[in-house]
Amino acid sequence: MTAKNDFQSSDPIAWCPGCGNFGILNAVKKALAELKIKPENVLMVSGIGQSSKLPHYIKCNTFNGLHGRLLPVATGAKIANHDLVVIGEGGDGDGYSEGGNHFIHAMRRNIDITYIVHNNQIYGLTKGQASPTTDKDMVTGTTPEGAYVSPERPLAIAVASNCSFIARGFSLELDHLADLIKKAVSHHGFSLLEVLQPCVSFNKINTFQWYQERVYKLEEKDHDVSDRTQAFHKALEWGDQIPLGIIYQRESKTYEDRKELTDSVPLVSRKGKKDKIKSTLKEFY
Amino acid sequence: MTQKRDISIKIGGEAGQGMKVISTLLGKTFSRRGFWVFTYQDVMSRIRGGHNFSQIRICSQQVSNISSQLDMVVCLDKKTLDLHKDETQGPVLYDKDFIKKNPPPGDKYIPIPFQKIAKDTGGDERMANSVASGAVLTLLGMSMDPLYELLEEIFKQKGKKVIQGNKKSARAGAEEVKKVGQKRHFFKLKPENKKKRMLLTGSEAMALGALASNVRFYSAYPMSPATAIMEYLASQQESYDLIVEQAEDEIAAVNMAIGTFFSGARAMVGTSGGGMALMVEGISLAGMTETPLVIVDAQRPGPATGFPTRTEQADLFFAAFSGHGEFPRCILAPSTAEEAFYLTSKALYLAEKYQSPVFILGDQYLNDSSWTVEEFDLDKIYPDEQGFLSKKKLKELKPYQYLRYETNSSGITPRIRPGTPRQVLYADSDEHTEEGHITESAEIRNQMVNKRLSKARGMNNELAKPVIYPQQMADIYIISWGSTLGIVDEAVKSLKNEKAKIGYIHFSEIYPLRHDVIPQDIAQNAKLIGVENNASGQFLRLLQLETGIQVKNKVLKYDGRPFKPQELADQIKQESGGSS
Repeated sequence: MTAKNDFQSSDPIAWCPGCGNFGILNAVKKALAELKIKPENVLMVSGIGQSSKLPHYIKCNTFNGLHGRLLPVATGAKIANHDLVVIGEGGDGDGYSEGGNHFIHAMRRNIDITYIVHNNQIYGLTKGQASPTTDKDMVTGTTPEGAYVSPERPLAIAVASNCSFIARGFSLELDHLADLIKKAVSHHGFSLLEVLQPCVSFNKINTFQWYQERVYKLEEKDHDVSDRTQAFHKALEWGDQIPLGIIYQRESKTYEDRKELTDSVPLVSRKGKKDKIKSTLKEFY
Repeated sequence: MTQKRDISIKIGGEAGQGMKVISTLLGKTFSRRGFWVFTYQDVMSRIRGGHNFSQIRICSQQVSNISSQLDMVVCLDKKTLDLHKDETQGPVLYDKDFIKKNPPPGDKYIPIPFQKIAKDTGGDERMANSVASGAVLTLLGMSMDPLYELLEEIFKQKGKKVIQGNKKSARAGAEEVKKVGQKRHFFKLKPENKKKRMLLTGSEAMALGALASNVRFYSAYPMSPATAIMEYLASQQESYDLIVEQAEDEIAAVNMAIGTFFSGARAMVGTSGGGMALMVEGISLAGMTETPLVIVDAQRPGPATGFPTRTEQADLFFAAFSGHGEFPRCILAPSTAEEAFYLTSKALYLAEKYQSPVFILGDQYLNDSSWTVEEFDLDKIYPDEQGFLSKKKLKELKPYQYLRYETNSSGITPRIRPGTPRQVLYADSDEHTEEGHITESAEIRNQMVNKRLSKARGMNNELAKPVIYPQQMADIYIISWGSTLGIVDEAVKSLKNEKAKIGYIHFSEIYPLRHDVIPQDIAQNAKLIGVENNASGQFLRLLQLETGIQVKNKVLKYDGRPFKPQELADQIKQESGGSS
């Protein structure tokens, strides 16, 4: 049996009191415990930002890499060992700005990784600059006259990229979020789970209350998760109404289905075929 | 008929005309019969048109470099005739249908309608390559059987018709040259023995070295001249428990390889200077997280896009100093394809053992040229599975007590793989505690910086000393590194009758550079002349930085082309008369 406690890390938490990240941390622990995954079988890869500190606060394998680069690290790690449950943890700046190219191509690869993006619409770690998801006209440290660039709609990019699992959670809805994490981890292929997460220090507009007044659950509405056109509409919905839940899901071949990886033994545990080199070298005579 | 032991042939034409096919056909024919072959590719960065050539050297004794003299030119287009006809006194084969008016005067010219013969006998103009190969082989006094054998192997997939067409074309080329050639056009070549040897490119050698060393993952973004490594490895994926991933960019490529190494499997990335520029933050990441990393930089002239298909040795500083912050690294620069095989294995070994980035510096000349190589000694492949915690030690460890960055005198903390029962590991790009968590402690910062840097001590003792020729003290020593070895060797040996005795000190395992890497008596008593394929003498400057030895005399070449032995010998002669 695995319990939430089994994921208790010894590292003291460095987030601001009341940070939206706490809800995500609790939901991740709850989901992993309920999925009965052992800490040593989880690999969390993160980038840079307050969100990317999360793996330190969970007892599990962790690679806390560079800003925007968590997806390629996670991809390499998963290719080497497909037995690992690989979860990426990053923020809106990390994943949608610096890591934008990797985001698009990870969805194309459809490798079995769960990518949790903590979206607080602001840069927290660097103390309050505009992010790719900052709403228009919002005043931040780098946009004193208000943000003049339109915000990115990452979930719509994901639908366009035919990402095989797209969902959104809210850090205050712990049970709902934990359930989405379980579904994302269980999904066969690349899962994008964006989590709305208020920054209590640097985003005074998109507060807990702001989100609470707007979010609604797709599962309570008539939403067909297999309908890509519907999904596109829902992915673009923002403002007065913000949908939570699974936006799109499809079953398809994953990166791990390529024939070199279908062996149940992960690459890292295979004995290797270097002895074949003798016969390969014959081709060069 | 001229008796020869060393012959060089230039085959020129437009991109897409298949000069490479002819040089491969000829190269393999000769390397299978005991000759040493070296083929250099001079290509423009374009798919069709332009002017490209292959230069193939066939020698009865060991040779591993491009030659200065030219004994034959094969012109598949008019431009080759115009540009290269005066480079040889020997026969010049050309397609007479290209030059209907005013054929070149002189009895060295042999008109052969390559395309017409191909069309008439083989049924396809593209078989002009086989016509030319048949003609050249006949001029070299060889029988056609080995060529037929090769054509059958190469075109096996394409079916009988293509094989027959090519064989017929080759035979027709041979007949034609017998008809129109004169006695002085023909050579006689004899190998020293009949031993078969391999013919492989530097890129293939690196890929094979990786396969022989259990590389499980190769990620790259296509970039000349490194792409051939990726393409060869991609063709071997099924046979070798290997995944080759074409990444979205070099940033992704390097981070994927770091992820694979973190998982505990071996990985490698390959690129040229421009791609390595994108990898730099990943190099620093490997340094900080102490994740092994092997980067091949097949150098080409820069800055920026530079000469995409040409050669240079100008990324040495880049490799030595790339990455923000301070962390140790190794740099290896193979001097031949044979060495590229073993040093790729060594790079993986060093990266894993020292949990640090290791660079393999190739260049277009090394990577694209075909080299004759003796059978590899597979016992010289370095062991894999380096730097992991032993099973015994792992058993002794209490549950979840593993410390990824536990400090000790060697600086190396044995690794575990994620997935190890009842243990987890934390790796971090932030400064971190022994456990791997983020810290701001001044004391721990000092401890961790010292831990990382102390790994250089171990690396220092791993690298082989430079090759010093001759054993006895010479008056002048050439200082060179990487792919120039064969050329330097030939140039220096051609100067054996000079008054001053000239030798060389050649480096292929470059960095960290030990302070005593140049023997004291040489440093104090001999005159040193640097030879490098770059404009500023980067190795010499690195040498001065690390050893204090200042080399004032330099022969530098940075036009994107490799040195030729004669040209180099002349320049060395000039430099050796100058101030010391």
